[in-house]
Amino acid sequence: MVKNGKKRRIVVAMSGGVDSSVTALLLREQGYEVIGISMQVWDYGKFAASEGETFGSCCSLDDIHDARRVAEQLGIPFYVVNFEEEFQRLVIDDFVAEYFRGRTPNPCVRCNQRVKFDLLLNKARELGADCIATGHYARAERDSGGLWHLLKGVDPAKDQSYFLFTLTQAQLAATLFPLGGMTKPEVRAIAASHNLRVAEKGESQEICFIPDDDYVRFLEEARGKGALSGEIVDSRGNVLGSHNGTYRYTVGQRKGLGIAHPQPLYVLGVDAERRQVVVGERDELLRDGFVAAHVNWIVPQGSAPVEAACKIRYRHQPVPCQVYPLPAGLAEVRFLEREKSVTPGQAVVFYQGDEVLGGGWIE
Amino acid sequence: MDYNATTPVHPEVLEALLPFYREAFGNPSSIHWAGRNVKGALEEAREKVALLVGCDPAEVVFTSCGTEADNMAIKGVAAALRGNGNHIITTGVEHPAVLNTCLYLEHEGFEITRLDVDRHGMLDPERLEAAITERTILISVMHANNETGTIFPVGEIGEIAARRRVRFHCDAVQAVGRIPVDCRADTIHLLSLSGHKLYAPKGIGALVVRKGVKLHPLLHGGSQERNRRGGTENVAGIVALGTACELARRAMVEEAPRLRELRDRLETGIRERIPGVTLNGHPEQRLPNTANLSFSGTTADSLLMNLDLAGIAASSGAACSSGTLRHSHVLGAMGTEPVAAGGSIRFSLGRESAAADVEYLLDVLPGIVARLRGNK
Repeated sequence: MVKNGKKRRIVVAMSGGVDSSVTALLLREQGYEVIGISMQVWDYGKFAASEGETFGSCCSLDDIHDARRVAEQLGIPFYVVNFEEEFQRLVIDDFVAEYFRGRTPNPCVRCNQRVKFDLLLNKARELGADCIATGHYARAERDSGGLWHLLKGVDPAKDQSYFLFTLTQAQLAATLFPLGGMTKPEVRAIAASHNLRVAEKGESQEICFIPDDDYVRFLEEARGKGALSGEIVDSRGNVLGSHNGTYRYTVGQRKGLGIAHPQPLYVLGVDAERRQVVVGERDELLRDGFVAAHVNWIVPQGSAPVEAACKIRYRHQPVPCQVYPLPAGLAEVRFLEREKSVTPGQAVVFYQGDEVLGGGWIE
Repeated sequence: MDYNATTPVHPEVLEALLPFYREAFGNPSSIHWAGRNVKGALEEAREKVALLVGCDPAEVVFTSCGTEADNMAIKGVAAALRGNGNHIITTGVEHPAVLNTCLYLEHEGFEITRLDVDRHGMLDPERLEAAITERTILISVMHANNETGTIFPVGEIGEIAARRRVRFHCDAVQAVGRIPVDCRADTIHLLSLSGHKLYAPKGIGALVVRKGVKLHPLLHGGSQERNRRGGTENVAGIVALGTACELARRAMVEEAPRLRELRDRLETGIRERIPGVTLNGHPEQRLPNTANLSFSGTTADSLLMNLDLAGIAASSGAACSSGTLRHSHVLGAMGTEPVAAGGSIRFSLGRESAAADVEYLLDVLPGIVARLRGNK
């Protein structure tokens, strides 16, 4: 990694967790000039001050502290960049708006798309680095024709390629995923053998800006209570009950409906405009397909239908489907067998074997 | 190039303080020989501090830092004069130690006036005088600004305070040791200073409390510091501060012009090599070691990170707990638009700054700024 007698400079996005710490360690051992950067995206002080304690969320002040200590241990320069404003605008505002449109957003994909692989990459270039590296369990490979391909991480339990479907060729060309070929136990073993202080650290939690995991509280603090309370109806429009806000419900949800019914009831859909939560029996959850918007193809596609396996949320076992590319960044997805809980606002990612073909947002 | 943040301990200061961590360990309050030895050193240090800032030795109260001195002055006067009024006048460009102490008092029922400054960061004494009411008990205005180096007309403010019979606290943390400071001549009733800004270690500061100034203590305890501040004295720190004040008093005559020349070379060198640079702060009324410059089309954090990677320490605004940058309240108060002005960097020179350091900066900086501008 020595170019023209000079070490190649690379920025590692360090969250203070074991994955990004090992990423920095591996690159340093490979001879890169590694710069560690933590992104402060949220004013954790607000929460800590009111609750009198800190929570183990991704990139909290404690995690930034951990990242700094790891960087000291590795002897690499370390900086914290403040993306609070941008994160609010590009991720949190979108998260809140999506829920209030009756959708179930995925802020982590947005953060990767708008913050990590855009703002941070830009910051890296400002520092004279031409690449960034992250601790994602995913692989990027270049074919003989010069095109980049995004592949699953080899650890099936940790594969994070789902969160990366928005990456462009230019972003892939400027990104390294050193952990893509490793398993989590291997990564922990490396951390332990180098006595990294975060070797034993637990996994980060789901949504970093909601440290207590209570997203309903978060939404109501942003927009107030009661704005979207209304009726619970069945698919024929019969009123079965009432609810305190459509954003409390997501497609496929069974608990918390508070309705006595001979068969278990599931949320089929959320209509924010009419403030209705539509429920029905399990069979009614099944769909033939859906339309995805803002589709990104990692390798450019023609208009011919593509056979793929699609994953319609992170913890979803991919199912076979046909994807029909449409104009204006749309695509129609048809399942080979009907699939339940297609949730507007979630990301759909198309796979062929280990390769991520692309993905989009479920309409 | 970040001496306004802190300074390295002067070797002579270190030599002076070490015995007080070794053989001279006594408690100055003790009657016996071990305490007596130490008590003398403590009073000698007090005299040296007093000599540098123009007050009587008995008026120097040692504290743990500049922040404690600011807290002690403002809260102490507020508590002591509560019966006389509840109005405090300060500026929008003070150090957080003053701003947040005033904010706390505001929550406690005090009325705070925060005066604006002009685009050079300068304060208008007439506006200050106009802000004084019958309820005003304290004026707290800094001597020199930590970010821009702008020096306030402390003498005029002192004169106004004396004439209007209002107590005047001056946060002189950035000024002491760099420019002449004179509590008597400028009728400053309370003056804060900090050891680590003038080559003494961290963990020692002082508040000058002029005779006749009523002040409640911050730390209640024993009778140390003439009942002004309880707690066993930080003897080694106090000795170090005294030594540092003596060294500063002797060195200032030569050091100030030397730093001014270096600073001016840095400033003109940058302006010659890089377009789109503006000075933040007063062109003349400014600390001789400080230059705060904005570079259009850049951001401060990227400039600072690049400088650090090149081995140059500079700074900008106030940092928050994680070490990220926030928009400077000082530049904000001067009417500087953060984005329009671009990244603002404070270069502050000191004892070990040499011409070669400035030349190295002038070599490195144009390339960094060009890269940041090219990346927009």
